[in-house]
Amino acid sequence: MTAYLKLDHIDKSFSRGGQVSEVLKDIRLTIDAGEFVSIIGHSGCGKSTLLNLIAGLTKVSKGAVLLENREVDSPGPERAVVFQNHSLLPWLTVYENINLAVSKVFGRTKSRAERHDWIMRNLDLVQMAHARDKRPAEISGGMKQRVGIARALAMEPKILLLDEPFGALDALTRAHLQDAVMDIHARLGSTMIMITHDVDEAVLLSDRIVMMTNGPAATIGEVLSVPLARPRRRIELASDRTFLRCREAVLKFLYERHRFVEAAE
Amino acid sequence: MSIQTVEDTKVKAFPAKPAEVIAFTAKARRRIDLLAIAGRLATALVPPAVVILVLLVVWQVACSSPTASLPPPSQVWNEACDLIAHPFFDNGPQDIGLAWRVLISLQRVAIGFGIAAVVGVALGALVGQSVWAMRGLDPVFQILRTVPPLAWLPLSLAAFRDSNPSALFVIFITSIWPVIINTAVGVRNIPEDYRNVARILRLNQLEFFVKIMVPAAAPYIFTGLRIGIGLSWLAIVAAEMLTGGVGIGFFIWDAWNSSRLPDIIVALVYIGVTGFCLDRLVAAVGAFVTRGTTAK
Repeated sequence: MTAYLKLDHIDKSFSRGGQVSEVLKDIRLTIDAGEFVSIIGHSGCGKSTLLNLIAGLTKVSKGAVLLENREVDSPGPERAVVFQNHSLLPWLTVYENINLAVSKVFGRTKSRAERHDWIMRNLDLVQMAHARDKRPAEISGGMKQRVGIARALAMEPKILLLDEPFGALDALTRAHLQDAVMDIHARLGSTMIMITHDVDEAVLLSDRIVMMTNGPAATIGEVLSVPLARPRRRIELASDRTFLRCREAVLKFLYERHRFVEAAE
Repeated sequence: MSIQTVEDTKVKAFPAKPAEVIAFTAKARRRIDLLAIAGRLATALVPPAVVILVLLVVWQVACSSPTASLPPPSQVWNEACDLIAHPFFDNGPQDIGLAWRVLISLQRVAIGFGIAAVVGVALGALVGQSVWAMRGLDPVFQILRTVPPLAWLPLSLAAFRDSNPSALFVIFITSIWPVIINTAVGVRNIPEDYRNVARILRLNQLEFFVKIMVPAAAPYIFTGLRIGIGLSWLAIVAAEMLTGGVGIGFFIWDAWNSSRLPDIIVALVYIGVTGFCLDRLVAAVGAFVTRGTTAK
C-alpha cells in the first residue's frame, strides 16, 4: 500500500543576499490516512517551515511532498491550515469568514442552502454556532481558534495542518480545544498534522510524534508511536504508564538534543 | 508644609462623595445627564465662538480706518448681505447664489476626485503588490506629487484644448498622489497570514483584490482619500479662476476684477466651510466602512 502523504527526501534552504542557510535536510516521512501526527522540536528547528512545505506555502528545494502520489507544489484547500494566530479576517463575521472559504471551495458543487447548512454544521462541530454574527474582535482567543478550525474543516481537507494552534491560549482554554480537536478527529477520521512544542499535548493527541533535531539543517531525529487507546481522557492518562513512558521519551529526546546544541556552541 | 495641608483637606473631602452618589434618584440622574450634554456642547462650542468673536473685533478695529485696504466685517455684512442671506437665488445664467456655485464646483470635484480615487486605488494596489512596480513607479510618484496644481494647468489646456476637461484633469492629478501612496502602504502592510489564507483558498487576483486587499487596506485608503479630497478642493478653486465658468473659484476671480472685496470674503467662508464638510464626510464614510477592521 502506498502512503497517503509522503515526504520524500526533502531539503529546504533559504538564500538571502548570496548566503544560503540550510533549514531542513533529508526529511523522510510517510503518514497514513486518518493518522494524527505531531511534529515537535525546539523553536527555530524548522518545524513551521516543514508545515508550510506540506501546505505548499513554501516550495521545497529538493525532494517532494506527495499527497496520494501526486506532487504538492502550491497551496490548496485540500491541505487546510489552522494558523497559530487564527488569521480570521477582522472585517468579516464568524459566519462570513467561513462562508468565504465555503463559497470558494464549494461554490460550484453545492447550492446556496447546502452551503449554509455546511457552514452551520462546521460551526456546530466547534460549538460556535451561537457566535455566527460576531466579528473576531468580539470573541475570545479560544473562540477565534475554534472558528479557525471550523474554517479549515469547512474546506473538507484531505489533511488538516495545525500550526501551533493552541500556542497563544491559556492552559484551561488549551485543554478544552485539545479535547475538541480529539473529538473532531474521532468523528471525522481526518488526517491531521500538528506542530507543537508542548510535550503533554503531543502525547495526548498523537498517534505518532515526530521529533526534530535542532537546526540548522534539522532533520527527523526520532519517530515515537503512542500506543494509547482512544478515546483518551486526560485525567486517566495522567497516571497511565504508557503515557508517562511516551512523555519521558519525548522529554529525553528534547532535553538531550538541547544539551547537545549548547555544548556545540 | 503647605502641600501637606492641601493634601489633608483633599483627604477630608473624600467621604462626602459616596453619599452624593447614593442620593441620586432616576429623575435627578436624567437631569444631570442633560446638564452634562449641555456642558459638553458648551465646552465644544464656546471656545471657537469666543475666538471667532475676538477675531471679528480685531478685524473690525484694524480695518476701520479710512485708509485701510481691506473692508471690515461690518462693511462685508452691509455690502454682501444678499449673498449671505440668499445662497440659492437664481437670476440668469451668470448671476446665481453662492450655494449654486459651490454645488457646481462640487460636481467638478466629484468627477475629478472620483476618477482619482478609482485610478489611485488601482495604481496603489499595483505599487503595493509588486516590488518591481514599486521600485519603478515610486520615485516617479514622489516627484510628480510635489508639482503644484496650477503648474499642470497650461499643459492640460494644451492637451485637452478645452477648459472644462482641463479643470477636471487638474483636480484629478492633484488628488491622486496621496490615494496612490497610502493605498500602496496599506497593501504592503497586509499581514502575511491573510495572504496565506487567500493562497490556500486559491483566490484569483480579482477575488483577492475585492475580498482581502481592499478591506485590509481600507484604513490606509481612506486616509489617502481624505488628504486627496482636501487637495482636490484646493485645486478646484485655482483651476476655476483660470478656466472660467460659474463655479465658486471663478466667482472670486470675477469679484476681484470688479473690485467687490466683501463678496470675496463671503466666498472664502463658503469655500472653507465646504472643505471642512468634505473632509468630515470622507472621514465619516471611512469610519463607517472600516469599523471592526482595525481591532484584531
